[in-house]
Amino acid sequence: MQEKFDYIIIGGGVVGAMIARWLSRYEGSILLIEKQADIGMGCSSANTAIVHAGYDPVPGSLKALMNVRGNPMWDQLAGELNFAFERRGDYVVAIGDEEIPLVEKLMEQGRQNGVPGMKMLNGAEVRAREKLINPEVSGALWASTGGICDPFQVTVAAAENAVMNGARVMLDTAFEDFIMEGTRIIGVRTNRGDFYARWVINSAGIYSDEVMHKAGVRPEFFIKARRGEYYVFDRADVQIENVLFPVPSSKGKGILVTTTLHENTIVGPNANVIDDKEDSGTTKEGLDELAEGAKKLIPSLNLRYAIATFAGLRPMGNGPTKTPGLNYNNDYIIEIPENVQGLVNLGGIESPGLTSSPAIAEMVVDLLRDAGETLVEKKDWDPIRPARPRFRNMTHKQRQLLCEMDPHFGRVICRCENITEGEIIAEIHAPIPAVTYDAIKRRTWLGTGRCQGGFDMPRVVNILSRELGIPLTEVTKRGSGSEYLFRPTKQVEG
Amino acid sequence: MLAKNTYDVVVIGSGPGGIAAAIAAKQAGADDVLVIERDVELGGILLQCIHNGFGLTSLKEDMPGPGYAQYYIDQAKALGVEFLLDTMVLDVTSQRKLYLSSQEHGYVDLDARALVLAMGCRERTRSQIRIPGMRPNGVFTAGTAQRWVNVEGWMPGKRFVILGSGDIGMIMARRLTFEGAKVERVLEIQSYLSGLTRNYVQCLQDYDIPLQLNYTIKRILGKNRVEAIEAVQVDERWNFVPGSEEIIPCDTLLLSVGLIPENELSRKAGVLLDPITGGPFVDETFQTNVPGIFAAGNVVHVYDLVDWVTSAGFEAGKGAAKFAIAQKQQIARYIPVKAGRNVRYVVPHRLDRLALEQGEVHLQLRVTRPIEEDVWIEVHGEENQIVRRSERYVRPGEMVTVVLRPAHAAEVAKAGSLTVDIYPKSEA
Repeated sequence: MQEKFDYIIIGGGVVGAMIARWLSRYEGSILLIEKQADIGMGCSSANTAIVHAGYDPVPGSLKALMNVRGNPMWDQLAGELNFAFERRGDYVVAIGDEEIPLVEKLMEQGRQNGVPGMKMLNGAEVRAREKLINPEVSGALWASTGGICDPFQVTVAAAENAVMNGARVMLDTAFEDFIMEGTRIIGVRTNRGDFYARWVINSAGIYSDEVMHKAGVRPEFFIKARRGEYYVFDRADVQIENVLFPVPSSKGKGILVTTTLHENTIVGPNANVIDDKEDSGTTKEGLDELAEGAKKLIPSLNLRYAIATFAGLRPMGNGPTKTPGLNYNNDYIIEIPENVQGLVNLGGIESPGLTSSPAIAEMVVDLLRDAGETLVEKKDWDPIRPARPRFRNMTHKQRQLLCEMDPHFGRVICRCENITEGEIIAEIHAPIPAVTYDAIKRRTWLGTGRCQGGFDMPRVVNILSRELGIPLTEVTKRGSGSEYLFRPTKQVEG
Repeated sequence: MLAKNTYDVVVIGSGPGGIAAAIAAKQAGADDVLVIERDVELGGILLQCIHNGFGLTSLKEDMPGPGYAQYYIDQAKALGVEFLLDTMVLDVTSQRKLYLSSQEHGYVDLDARALVLAMGCRERTRSQIRIPGMRPNGVFTAGTAQRWVNVEGWMPGKRFVILGSGDIGMIMARRLTFEGAKVERVLEIQSYLSGLTRNYVQCLQDYDIPLQLNYTIKRILGKNRVEAIEAVQVDERWNFVPGSEEIIPCDTLLLSVGLIPENELSRKAGVLLDPITGGPFVDETFQTNVPGIFAAGNVVHVYDLVDWVTSAGFEAGKGAAKFAIAQKQQIARYIPVKAGRNVRYVVPHRLDRLALEQGEVHLQLRVTRPIEEDVWIEVHGEENQIVRRSERYVRPGEMVTVVLRPAHAAEVAKAGSLTVDIYPKSEA
C-alpha cells in the first residue's frame, strides 16, 4: 500500500514541530518523521532556552529577520500551546570601560534590526538589579523583549497541537533518500518504508545539508556541529534571577549566566566547532572554559553546587564556498529551491533558531502559498493545546483537589522536583506518547534535580513497563540501544 | 484523610535512625508516634543491604541489613508506633506543620508537637564530580544499582567499572561478581581507601577485583549505552598524569563517590546546616536550631556503622518525646476565653491558669448591640460561675472591662474554658 501525504516534514526538532503545527491549520495531510525515539532530542533539547530580542544577528541577514519577527510571536504562542514562557528581558553586561563600546555597538545593531525596548544601563543600575554581578561592571544593554521558555515543552506542545489537528508523527523513522521523478520530489525513503508526498520539508537540523544534497540541492552548503556545553546549578544554592550575557566574541554570544523557568541557574554555552555530528559529550577543557566564563559575570559562583552538565550541538551553516561569489555567511536557508520541485529547504538554523521557529514556520507557509498552494483553513482547527497538571507548581489546595480527582497524583516519584505518578502516566498516554525515560524527563523535568534520577529511575522504569505493556528489559533511556536492564538476577538473597 | 492530624512525635524516614527514634519516643512517654516512609516497605536503605555485618556492636550479632531493620521494626510495632508508607513529605514548616502526599491519603497536612528528621543520605552523582564525556545509559550510583539487583531483582549491566572505593561500591563489586557479572576495576582518586578495610579484604581482594588508587575517569564513551571509560592516573593534586590513560571497555559505570545528607526538607523548616557535614547543627539531644525539630542518623552526618545510627536515633527520639510532652503540658495550662451572649469578642483570647496566682487579669470586650437597661456581666466556666457584676447599660461604642482576681484562681482552675455573657437583668 502506498501512503501518500500532502506534506512530509523531515525532522522533529522545534522547527519541524512548528511547521507541522502551522500547516495543520490548513486542509491537507501531514506526516512528520523523526529518526529518534522522541521529538526534540537534538539541538531543541540542549540549548539556553532563551527567546532572543534580536540585537545579535547581523543586520540584513535572514537570521535577523526571523529573530525579530519570531520574538513578538511568543506571547500568543505560549498562550495557545500552554508552555512556560516569561518575558523577563535580558542583559548584555560590560565588564570594565573597554567593553562599553562593544555593548553600544550591539545596541546600534539592535536598532538596525528593529528591536524595540532596549536601553543602556550604567554600572550602578546593573548592580542594583543583580546583586551578585561582578563589581567591575561598567554598564549593560537591557533588552526588555528577551524571554525565557521551557524549550522541551515548546517542541512537544507544538507537535502535539499538530497531532490534535490531524498531523501524524512517526518516531524511530529515519530519512534515507528522496524518491524522485526527474527533478520532482515525490516522496521519501525511510527505514520504515516509502512515503509519498506533494511537498517534502527539510528541517533535519544538523543533518539538513546531507538531506538537501540527496536532492542535488546546494552541494556547497555544509553544516558543522558547534558544540555548546553547560552547567546546571542546584536552585537551593545558586539563585541568579536574570538573563546575563557577556559581550559577544567571534565565537558567538559568549558564556551566559542565566536563570531558567525551572529556577535552576545555568551557565553556558561555549562554542566549539567539531567534526563529529554525534559527539555531544562534555570535555574537561570545555567545562573549565565555562567556569572561567561564568566567573567573569558572577565571580562568587561555586561549582560545588553544579548538579548536571550537558552539551548540545548546533547546526552551523558555512560561510564562503569554493565557488567565487557564493557565500552562505553562516546565515539561515529557508527556500523553495529552483532546481528541484516539491521541496521546501531549510538549513543552518542555529541560534536564534528556537526564537525564530514560529516565524520560520510562518515563512514556510508563505513560501508554499507563493508557490501556488491553495491553503484552506480547517473549519475545526483548534489552536489550543491544553496544559496538563503540574503538581509542583500548585498551591496546597489545588494539590489536594488534584489528588482527590486522581489518586495517582498523590504518589510522588521524583523527590527533588516533586513529579507525581499521575503526571508520568499522563505523558506516557499523551498525543505524542513519551515512551522513554528521557522523554518523560524532558516533558516533566523529572530526574533533573540534585539526585539526578537516582531515586526515581527504578520507579519510572517500572511505570513505563507497566503502562506500555513491555518487559522491563525493553524500557530505554532514549530509544533502542539504551536499555536499562539485561536479565533478572539469579536469585534475590536475604 | 488521616485518622489524626496532630501527633506527639512525627519521624520522617524509617531507616535505622528513624525507627530507633520512634521506639525511644514511645518509651519516653510520647502518646502518638508516627513514622512516615516514602517507600512501600519500612527499613530504608537497609532493605537493599543484604550483606552481613550489621549489628556487631549493638546486638552482638552479625546480621544482614533487612534482618537488622526488622529487629527494630518489630519493637516499634509492639510499642504501638504508627506508620504511613508510600508517602512523601513535601514540606515542613518551622512550626512543625507537615504537608504530605500519597496515593492512599491524597495531599494532607498534619502537625507534630516534635519532629525527628531521619531522611538519611543521597548519593553524589556524576555531575557533582564533573566527569566529562557522553551521557549514555549505564552510569548509575552504586546505591541505585544495589536497589536494582537486591530489591527489584534485575541486573543493570554485564561488565562494570566502579569509581570510588566507598563501602557500597566495594560491596556491589562482590555482589555483581556473585551474579556472574564482570567487575573490571575499582578506581579511587585518593591515595587511600574511602571505605572500611574489612570491605576491601572481603569484597575486592577475595574476588581478585583490582583496586587502583590515584586513578579516576577522564571521560565516558558511548552514545546510547556506556561502551568504555577512559581511566587516568592523577598526581597528589589530582592533575591527570599524561600518558597514563587507559580505555577500559565496559557497559556500566557505578559511582561510589560519597554521600550527602538529605536536608532539603530541613532547609524548608529553617534548620541551619553545617557546611562541613551537610547536616543540621545539633545539640546533645540532637535538637536542631529550630525548637522541637530533631535530627537522627545519616541526615546529620555520614556514619560508618549502622549501630551508631541506631543509638543516635534513640537520643533524638527521647529528646523529641520530652519536647512533645512539655509542649502538651504547656498547652494544657491555657484555657480559651470565649465571647458568649451579646458579646462580640474578648481579649485576651486565652488565659494562662497560673497567671491569676501572680496578680489580676483584665478581660476587655465589646458588646454586639446596645442594651439600654440594667445588665449582668458574667464570667463562667462550663459548670461554675466565676464573676458577676452589674452595669446600668452597655453600648458597642464603650469597652467593658471585667477583672479576675487571685481570689478567683481556684474557680478558674476547675474550668476548661471561660465564657463572658452579658444580658439584661430582666431576662435573668
